[in-house]
Amino acid sequence: MPRSTQLSLRDAVAEHVHDGDTVALEGFTHLIPFAAGHEIIRQGRRDLTVVRMTPDVIYDQMIGMGCVERMVFSYGGNPGVGSLHRMRDAVENAWPAPLELVEHSHAGLANAYVAGASRLPFAALRGYAGTDLEHGGAVAFVECPFTGQRLSAVRAINPDVTVIHAQHADRRGNVMLWGLSGVQKEAVLAADRAIVTVEEIVDELEPRPHAVVLPSWVVTAVCHVPGGAWPSYAHDYSKRDNGFYSAWDGIARDRDRFRAWMEEHVLSSSGDTVSVGGES
Amino acid sequence: MTRDDGAPTPEETMTIAAAREVKDGQVLLVGVGPPNAAANLARRLHAPDAVLIYESGAIEAKPVRLPLSIGDDDLAETAAEIVSVPEMFNYWVGAGRIDVGFLGAAQLDRHANINTTVIGSYEHPKVRLPGAGGAPEIAAASREVIILLRQSRRSFVEKLDFTTSIGYGSGPGERERLGFTGAGPTVVITDLGILRPSPEDRELELVAIHPGVEVDQVREATGWPLRVRPPLETTAPPSERELATLRDMRAAAGTAA
Repeated sequence: MPRSTQLSLRDAVAEHVHDGDTVALEGFTHLIPFAAGHEIIRQGRRDLTVVRMTPDVIYDQMIGMGCVERMVFSYGGNPGVGSLHRMRDAVENAWPAPLELVEHSHAGLANAYVAGASRLPFAALRGYAGTDLEHGGAVAFVECPFTGQRLSAVRAINPDVTVIHAQHADRRGNVMLWGLSGVQKEAVLAADRAIVTVEEIVDELEPRPHAVVLPSWVVTAVCHVPGGAWPSYAHDYSKRDNGFYSAWDGIARDRDRFRAWMEEHVLSSSGDTVSVGGES
Repeated sequence: MTRDDGAPTPEETMTIAAAREVKDGQVLLVGVGPPNAAANLARRLHAPDAVLIYESGAIEAKPVRLPLSIGDDDLAETAAEIVSVPEMFNYWVGAGRIDVGFLGAAQLDRHANINTTVIGSYEHPKVRLPGAGGAPEIAAASREVIILLRQSRRSFVEKLDFTTSIGYGSGPGERERLGFTGAGPTVVITDLGILRPSPEDRELELVAIHPGVEVDQVREATGWPLRVRPPLETTAPPSERELATLRDMRAAAGTAA
């Protein structure tokens, strides 16, 4: 199997993220790959199908900048703060473009990644029954061949490319992340290609509690991007910037203010450094 | 906000009433917003051994500060165990290991079904809400569910604009028919009072009003003809300790979480 290559973030996105791709930037509150999302915005990708359990501020930004045609998700809020205003503006007013939604519950989308990682066509679970979510086309019902129980089935998700942020990679391109590990392992193993941005390149990966290790032969590209999860965080490297998440509510509420923020902090940035602590 | 501000706000009364529903030692699945405040308040008051589980993967989290999101660093740092999100939903939530699922709602109907998806039509919503999150499976599989939301004609509706999570469906027997393992919502706590499902037909009935609230005020804030179950009780007012603990907890967090 080919091993991962160390690339600049700019080259990794240029080479592996294409217009029209299905792209999953994963990380459940923790380790959200913001810097990579910003690079996708800077390179002007269009017509993406984006997949994420919790779209969070990063997809709010990508939607507001016109990168996204369709979004597959399970919770589209700013956790503890309120709405994602750019997502709402796209759904309610088609600004800057209409946004097609495919929505799941967390259990459904997590299992769709599990099926994808397992290279199975679907996963089975309880739940969905009786709700309006079952009418979205992402869910069907099956009968258990052993017990006859009626279960819900979710179609597998296999992104063209998954992007995650991790704490460490070693020089051979093996990746290690720890703390809340979300669905990153499943999202990487479900995808055709995987880009991993990391806080640090180390000589050796040291065993740690709760660590997830992704061997270099399931990773396509490793990029050294310290601080690449801000305003999300990297366990043992940074704290979640709750102040920024609160401030985002005001920035994203207004189209002009949003554009100005993106212009200053993303579009005019070279991408070589991360604007950690970017004030509102 | 300090403890010298005086009388509790309706939202504080709601959060404190919800915290009182938690029994020490129970396993709680905690969602963002008011449920997060209520569960952490209970742990600081009468339920120090309540087990807090966050869907981000933190099991037995003991946050020192009230977290803003369900994935704050403090949760992972204090958790007894950290699991992946698929494991959380399959082995822990779906398998029925949660005693109490704490949920919020944008709209609720008389059978405690929940909408957190859209206000208005799905295709052209007036308000696009965050969506399902973990709620459908938490509502299906937790041994019981506590729902917290402010009560008004906009939130307590005759018919949901979208059914995101099931309470009692259309009434008795529906949860069993759908294959759900948990008992469903046992209590709904609002800023006006407390509702519980009728043992006969599972329709929510008003069982208590908060101090200073009139029954007519609750009826006025309900989008269906509200039944009152006698004897209607009045919630004990928040104690000084409850109020001070809640306010200190929020002041220390520096947010309105």
